[in-house]
Amino acid sequence: MDKNNLSEFIIEKGLFIMAIFSIIIIFLIISFVLLEGLPAFEDYGFFQFIFGLTWAPNDSQYGVFAMIIGSICVTLLAMLMAVPLSLLCAIFMAEVAPSKVRKILKPVIETLSGIPSVVYGFFGLIVLVPIIRENFGGTGFSMFTASLILAVMVLPTIITLSQDSLRSVPHEYREASLGLGATNWQTIKNIIFPAALPGIITSIILGMGRAIGETLAVIMVAGNVVQIPNSIFDPVRTLTANIAIEMGYATGLHYNALFGTGIVLFIIIIGLLVVANYIQHKYKVDVGGGYL
Amino acid sequence: MNRIEVKDLNVYFGDAHILKDINTEIAKNTVTALIGPSGCGKSTFIRTLNRMNDLIPNFRHEGDVYLDGKDIYNPKMDVVDLRKKIGMVFQKPNPFPKSIFENVAYGLRIHGVSDNDKLNQRVEESLKSAALWDEVKDKLDNSAMGLSGGQQQRLCIARTIANNPEVILMDEPCSALDPISTTKIEDLIHKLKTEYTIIIVTHNMQQATRVSKYTSFFLNGEIIESNLTDKIFIDPKNKKTEDYITGRFG
Repeated sequence: MDKNNLSEFIIEKGLFIMAIFSIIIIFLIISFVLLEGLPAFEDYGFFQFIFGLTWAPNDSQYGVFAMIIGSICVTLLAMLMAVPLSLLCAIFMAEVAPSKVRKILKPVIETLSGIPSVVYGFFGLIVLVPIIRENFGGTGFSMFTASLILAVMVLPTIITLSQDSLRSVPHEYREASLGLGATNWQTIKNIIFPAALPGIITSIILGMGRAIGETLAVIMVAGNVVQIPNSIFDPVRTLTANIAIEMGYATGLHYNALFGTGIVLFIIIIGLLVVANYIQHKYKVDVGGGYL
Repeated sequence: MNRIEVKDLNVYFGDAHILKDINTEIAKNTVTALIGPSGCGKSTFIRTLNRMNDLIPNFRHEGDVYLDGKDIYNPKMDVVDLRKKIGMVFQKPNPFPKSIFENVAYGLRIHGVSDNDKLNQRVEESLKSAALWDEVKDKLDNSAMGLSGGQQQRLCIARTIANNPEVILMDEPCSALDPISTTKIEDLIHKLKTEYTIIIVTHNMQQATRVSKYTSFFLNGEIIESNLTDKIFIDPKNKKTEDYITGRFG
């Protein structure tokens, strides 16, 4: 074996080992969570665990339903705020902004995703909580506050990925549309946006995944009361918050129930990823089929 | 009668001087072929006629282009209306990722036609004019992406015709197609020339002689020679034209 072939061989095998190694780590984590969490389902009962309304570890009651609702509501409300804003921003950056403006905006938005979540949470605690307490009543620790923070946190994910997807629409479509006398906005609305839609939906779902998995910032502003909220200004506890708050002192079945909470979260996120993958593949094969 | 007149046109992209002192006329309802080696400015020239070059950030021009006596670079000119009057068919077939019907209806819809009967009628007429109707009439709702390259290009022509333009610009419309599809497009050009003024960029000398009445030879951003196609190919006046068409360079 000569020198070139040898280094090729080493690099190839090295990459292979690294890939296998990271897969094994992920696999170990998943099995650990399952191993620790499944007893909660077994001992407490699967349906009671998922649909139980009372979470009272001192009383050996481990129903996570309020927290599932909490996670879903916080995430959906965050998406309601983040999606329109980030799509308009992505369209602006991809289609309207002159390249100089884009060159400034892009790194700024990417920096947003680099800010640690504790900083977001701290900002929410110091700035948003008082504002909401004064304007909407209550303690200020609420589902709305958490959603607001999450909305800002998922902006970079949705903006960056949607923007990439808009910019990857072939230039030929744009020329064809403009060449037929369409205005810029007609071209964006009728041609570019529909063609980029699979990628945009994927970006939204990945943003949702980020929102539903976010823990620290949410704990700092959501109030963390285990209840199904009546209004968006009620405090809520999310699945992630539940684990983080109680893991420090949990033992026995309580400890297993927290891992069980992790499994529920895990399933929700896997569900989102499957949907994202499905949309991407479905539309990649046949772009539109006339129904874009 | 001339449909398009170009006077002292100079085009620059940044510092690059792409078109130099172009003076030419395009006669109504005829086919004019533009020939010349790659990079000589043919495409830039036709994209100047429907102001597609406006999309290029550092595009700049001097001189005038008239469509039916009106200066198309006049600030009052409505670019949307201009591009409706001067349709364009591109080098690579570029149907939208929509149904066949919606591809043809697109131009009509964006110009405000929403009546279904009228849309159906115009789509059928346009597809018939583009000699595509018989092949697609049973699958108008299928995606245009499922058509062959040649069919896609005729669909693009149908899409252009649907707008009822006065001029159709074709930028090497057959360069991505096989010989049979090419023949179909050429037949179509013969059919269309009675109603439309067609300007076609081509690298294929035989194609120029087959489809066009007039030919202009471009070289390094200048028009070296313009004449009846028969004359230019049989008896070129300029040595450079002769060298090019006899295949000595380019």
